[in-house]
Amino acid sequence: MAAVAEQVTSTGLRSASAGRNPWALAWRRLRRNRLALAALGLFLLLIVVCAAAPLYAHDVAHDGNVLGPNLNGTTIVHGKVVPVMQEGGGLLKLGETPIGPTWNLHHYFLGADNIGRDVAALLLYGGRASLQIGICSALLCCIVATIVALIAGFFGGLADAILSRLMDVIWAFPVYLLAISLATELLTHSNGIQIGFLHVSATSLWTPTVIIAFIYVPYVYRPVRGQVLSVAGKEFVEAAIAQGASNYRLIFSEILPNVVSTVIVLLPLMIATTILTESALSYLSVGVQPPNVSWGTIISDGQDLLYTRPWVSLAPGIMIVLTVLALNVLGDGVRDALDPRAKLRVR
Amino acid sequence: MRQIRPKIAYLAGRRTTMASLAGLAVLALAAAGCGNSAGPASKSSTGAVSAHPGGVFTILANSSFGVADPAQNYTLEEWQLLIDTHDGLVGFAKVGGLPGTKIVPDLATSIPLPTNGGKTYVFHIRRGIKFSNGQTLTPSAFVTTFDRQFTVPGPTSFYSDFVGASKCSVKGCNLAKSGGVIANDSAYTLTINLTAPDPELMDQLTLPFAYAVPPNTSPKLTGNNVPPGTGPYMWKSYNPNTEAVLVRNPYFHVWSKVAQPNGYPNEIIEKYGLQVSDEVTEVENGEAQEVFDGDQIPSDQLSTLNSPQYASQVHVNTLTADWYMALNTQRPPFNNLEARQAINYAANRTAYVKIAGGPSLAVPACQILPPNFPSYKPYCPYTTGPQTTWSGPNLAKARALVKASGTYGDKVVVDSTNDQVGTELAEQMVSDLNSIGYKASTQLLSGSVQYPFVQNSANWSKWNVAWSAWYQDYPAPSDFLNVLLGCGSIHKNSDASPNIAAFCDPAIQKLINQAEADGSSNPAKAAALWTQIDHMDTQQAPWVDLYNPKQIDFLAKNVHGYEWNPQWYILIDQLWLSK
Repeated sequence: MAAVAEQVTSTGLRSASAGRNPWALAWRRLRRNRLALAALGLFLLLIVVCAAAPLYAHDVAHDGNVLGPNLNGTTIVHGKVVPVMQEGGGLLKLGETPIGPTWNLHHYFLGADNIGRDVAALLLYGGRASLQIGICSALLCCIVATIVALIAGFFGGLADAILSRLMDVIWAFPVYLLAISLATELLTHSNGIQIGFLHVSATSLWTPTVIIAFIYVPYVYRPVRGQVLSVAGKEFVEAAIAQGASNYRLIFSEILPNVVSTVIVLLPLMIATTILTESALSYLSVGVQPPNVSWGTIISDGQDLLYTRPWVSLAPGIMIVLTVLALNVLGDGVRDALDPRAKLRVR
Repeated sequence: MRQIRPKIAYLAGRRTTMASLAGLAVLALAAAGCGNSAGPASKSSTGAVSAHPGGVFTILANSSFGVADPAQNYTLEEWQLLIDTHDGLVGFAKVGGLPGTKIVPDLATSIPLPTNGGKTYVFHIRRGIKFSNGQTLTPSAFVTTFDRQFTVPGPTSFYSDFVGASKCSVKGCNLAKSGGVIANDSAYTLTINLTAPDPELMDQLTLPFAYAVPPNTSPKLTGNNVPPGTGPYMWKSYNPNTEAVLVRNPYFHVWSKVAQPNGYPNEIIEKYGLQVSDEVTEVENGEAQEVFDGDQIPSDQLSTLNSPQYASQVHVNTLTADWYMALNTQRPPFNNLEARQAINYAANRTAYVKIAGGPSLAVPACQILPPNFPSYKPYCPYTTGPQTTWSGPNLAKARALVKASGTYGDKVVVDSTNDQVGTELAEQMVSDLNSIGYKASTQLLSGSVQYPFVQNSANWSKWNVAWSAWYQDYPAPSDFLNVLLGCGSIHKNSDASPNIAAFCDPAIQKLINQAEADGSSNPAKAAALWTQIDHMDTQQAPWVDLYNPKQIDFLAKNVHGYEWNPQWYILIDQLWLSK
């Protein structure tokens, strides 16, 4: 914090920003970035819409169940009761085609998927899962990476060597290959993960959350460690040491506040990355497990319906694009806002 | 002995519908207005065109069949080609419909009757036949063939009752020395000695594992190089990443039209790597001749094929196969008979049939033996209506049984593959289990992991219900009832333990042994016993039988002479092309 303030004031510029709290300056910069604000608004809107899934699902649940199969179910289209799964036509009557979009908010707005589930409901519930996993895994990843980076960067020596090589080893694995391997291994344990009192069932959303967080720790660790090393050599840290500050105080009062901006800049971009990773893993059937759904699983489910029911895949695809776009733009905005070199734009 | 996985290369699956397909074939022909079962002559839409050789027949397959050595390959995908390049002592008649289930002499001049109490068979081998490399066929070729089953190795269980087989291993095998397979190249005879009578020996000799290869063939795996055969075609090349190419065998001549007729196309090419949807498009456009019948056509493209435009190009046939959920009988709750019967009553087979593509592509099933199979008699105790065919779930009875079993509220893990169909089947099973009071969840694994995983007893504690499928190797009830549910099919700590349910009932096993013993001496009694065993197994409910699948063949417009053999399915070399 002190370092940021120091950089801001060392230019000698007389501006409205001089002497202000650096977080307030950052927020001020962000507020003036309309594109970033729009992206933030879009991201929050997506969260709110997905959080409201039960409001839509209330009308479309079958036997009180939204995410279960409904192959023998019926719905109402133009006042007529029709089966959700419709037998093929022609002479051979091959295949069963799910009902298409009704554009009616009460009855299969976006149609049904291969097992008769309401695609719109899946989209909202899938969004909840994707966003939850994306946000939680990014947060978990950043927290773990920051802690490891603080330890490695501050203590240096053997601790740094061991932790850095460990991160190198993890990062040496292809990200998706590592995630698929971990997921397959965990999925074969029907009782899930048990670490002390902590228990995560194999089909829980926490399983992909933990896996995705784990595989990206080295990615966040590297820049944060670099920042820790940089900050640890600054004069204000040396001054704190000279005053007899404890390691605890040095880490949490002097160094952490000055590296957290790096983490914050990374966070939106990490959320975008983890959402994409979750979608990819779920598309490959090793991410979110039934009965849960995510945007990735819905795209996978809709793959065989691209010709006749493209909305099954398109809708979650669009949601992913919007979310990742919003997060990337927001991430750029946050970076600009927290970047001291951007101070000249503040008026 | 085969399981077929949807959307995967298609691990072979041998099947034959003894009394079956006649009706289906007629239906398909009537519907399609094309194909015939009597011979390859046909008419095109442009007028009378007789069957004629020539052209290149191109098959499009999503993926290849792996290792090509016929001693080891166990996939329908390669077998459909191997029947055109190789021959065995005997074979299924290479014709469509019911006659195709008949075993006829091929490289043997006749089918011998057993002597020595059913343990010795003496085959007379045809003279004047050459392999595609010009070598003359001698009886010694079969010694090499059967030795290689143990040294390559192949699925040796088919030939493990040969005298001396117990001494064979991958390190070496000499069945001639031990007296199991004795070749007399001067008299042109081959003698097979068994340790015990085997009523299914002839069925087993029809399989590609028993196809003749030159005596100097390596005893080890030949990888992607297919040893020369005696059929009308020979392997020009095989690259599992690109294509397999079969061309005419210059040394071939017809010795038995019913066992090995000459083929029509000059060249047969199987190309790999396309998405199935793209395969369909190419065949629609006439750029290839067939979508490999093991590739599952996406559901929304099925609606395209319903168009009258393709009516003459689509053929649907019922398979003698089971798609089922094995119940783990080694751990709660399904070590309890009432619990097993409960889920059988609760399973909504209409839903499973819809997942398979609807009534046009699957038939609900309750019992182990598939329809139109030897010893099959309709039996379905787990339904609401008459106990012959399934008509609907009986949830009230299912719930009562769950309560009586004391398993209400138990956790159940449903294991399946993570492809689309496997996932959907698992989700429906979870729904059915939850509807009667269990707390079910899924465990979805990739196809290559799931099948060995559920077979291995080391994993019994990790699942309760496991999806699987079985397609006949040959038309014998033991191929389902003994292979899949016999006590001898449980191989602990092995990935090859086809009795996935680990079901073993000593009383039923005694009947199985009796039926196998009676197979040679009293076939009628054996057939009745197999029927009884089928019904007893069904009552014991080691599985939830879901449905018997049907199969789609989609051909280009210029393909004629379609014939569907219950054992080999589409007879590729009997198809001919118009311009």
